[in-house]
Amino acid sequence: MKRFGVVVFAVGALTSACSGGSSGPRHPVTVFAAASLNNVFAAMKQPFESAHRTYSLTFSFAGSQQLVSQLEQGAKADAIATADRATMDRVPKRGPHPPPRVFAENRLVIAVRPSNPEGIRGLADLGRPGLRVVLAAPAVPAGRYARDALGRARVTVSPVSLEDNVEGVVTKVALGEADAGVVYATDTTGGRGVYSVAIPDDENVRAEYLADPLPFGSERDGGQAFVDFLVSARGQQVLHRFGFLPAPTS
Amino acid sequence: MSRRPPAAVLVFAGVALLFLVLPVIGLLERAPWSGLAHQLTAHDVRTAVGLSLLTSACAAALALLLGAPLAWVLARVEFPGKAAVRAIALLPLVLPPVVGGVALLLALGRNGFVGSWLAHLGIALPFTTAGAVVAELFVALPFAVITVEAGVRALDERLEEAAATLGAGPYLTLRRVVLPALAPSLGAAAALCWARALGEFGATITFAGNLPGRTQTLPLAVYLELQSRPGVAVLLSLILLALSIAVLFLMRGRWLAPRR
Repeated sequence: MKRFGVVVFAVGALTSACSGGSSGPRHPVTVFAAASLNNVFAAMKQPFESAHRTYSLTFSFAGSQQLVSQLEQGAKADAIATADRATMDRVPKRGPHPPPRVFAENRLVIAVRPSNPEGIRGLADLGRPGLRVVLAAPAVPAGRYARDALGRARVTVSPVSLEDNVEGVVTKVALGEADAGVVYATDTTGGRGVYSVAIPDDENVRAEYLADPLPFGSERDGGQAFVDFLVSARGQQVLHRFGFLPAPTS
Repeated sequence: MSRRPPAAVLVFAGVALLFLVLPVIGLLERAPWSGLAHQLTAHDVRTAVGLSLLTSACAAALALLLGAPLAWVLARVEFPGKAAVRAIALLPLVLPPVVGGVALLLALGRNGFVGSWLAHLGIALPFTTAGAVVAELFVALPFAVITVEAGVRALDERLEEAAATLGAGPYLTLRRVVLPALAPSLGAAAALCWARALGEFGATITFAGNLPGRTQTLPLAVYLELQSRPGVAVLLSLILLALSIAVLFLMRGRWLAPRR
């Protein structure tokens, strides 16, 4: 019996070692964020943590729809930031609370290979036969926005691949495997290895980013603090630096 | 005669069995049994199943065609650097499939050192059904090599010598003596390669992309549908589970028979 106890203890120690355990006096705050927020949120970690010395931020980036399905399956997070409202509305029920806040906006552009060898000048060119166009899948916010924009421009595109997040679209163009993809304006900056072709306002769409604290993690207050930080002057400054547009003042 | 095993061994063995069986129960428990027949005939489900059957069959056939000769060489020919060749042949077994997909993209993609040359010939693999087959072939090939190599090693070399002394040329010997004797190994290799190709995910989504009807095989469809239509994901998973059980059933003599 004594030996059995040792085994149980060893198994317990192993599993807690595998799941990370605690690290220092800071409380870990987990934020689920849309893939297109990867760079800007990484740049928020340091200013947020120096403003809130009791918290340490951890991000999980994926397509917004994927984050929501992870929450549906019981994933633990203290806040979520999605790239559209429809996906935010799918976040599992969590009692009465104030509506999610829009903290930034984004516009779409066409990502093309460096120097634009195909000479793409607008959405209309994406319907060209033989052109390899990659879009985000329809369930991904970026994919839904891209379809809206193509619909406005009355262009029919036969994509060669439907990626499960917008970063996948950028990568396929950057590797030169795809000729063009419809992505967020902020995805083409900062040495991603793609050029961007602007989409005029009458064909473009407004992508809105929403953030909401979640009760599923252990640090709901930390989640709230992060959401507050996003709409604060400091947070907005960082978002602006990465090319995001300010949320409309209501 | 059987001995009573120590209690701790039984406990761990039981935990292992539970660990393996619980996910399957989870899948069966959430299965949409009522609308199953209706959903099975839905267009997108049929598309993914059809594409998966096609690509995995092609990949398994190619794996045998290319893997069996390599296995024969490894079993019967002595040459310097043989250990390195075997290591290369088995690399995809231990390489994460998504790394395999990246590697394929960098070699066979439009800008890759082989792919740019293929592009001149008008052959493009990424984002095509052929690309999905290539990704599946990459991960399945080692299974053909190890299975057939073991089969060749178990063959009695004197049979081939006898055929030769009776005047049979190397090709006649291969066709009439070696291949029939290897049939069980070839069958096992085909089943293994097919099962591995059918389940391939990482290399496929990385190298071939994801487009329903062209490169979206069953595992890709499961992964993506789980984000929007979990019911469909469960249904597609059931199909894969049924196919896997079918492989186990076909291979029961080889894998499930008691070992001595």
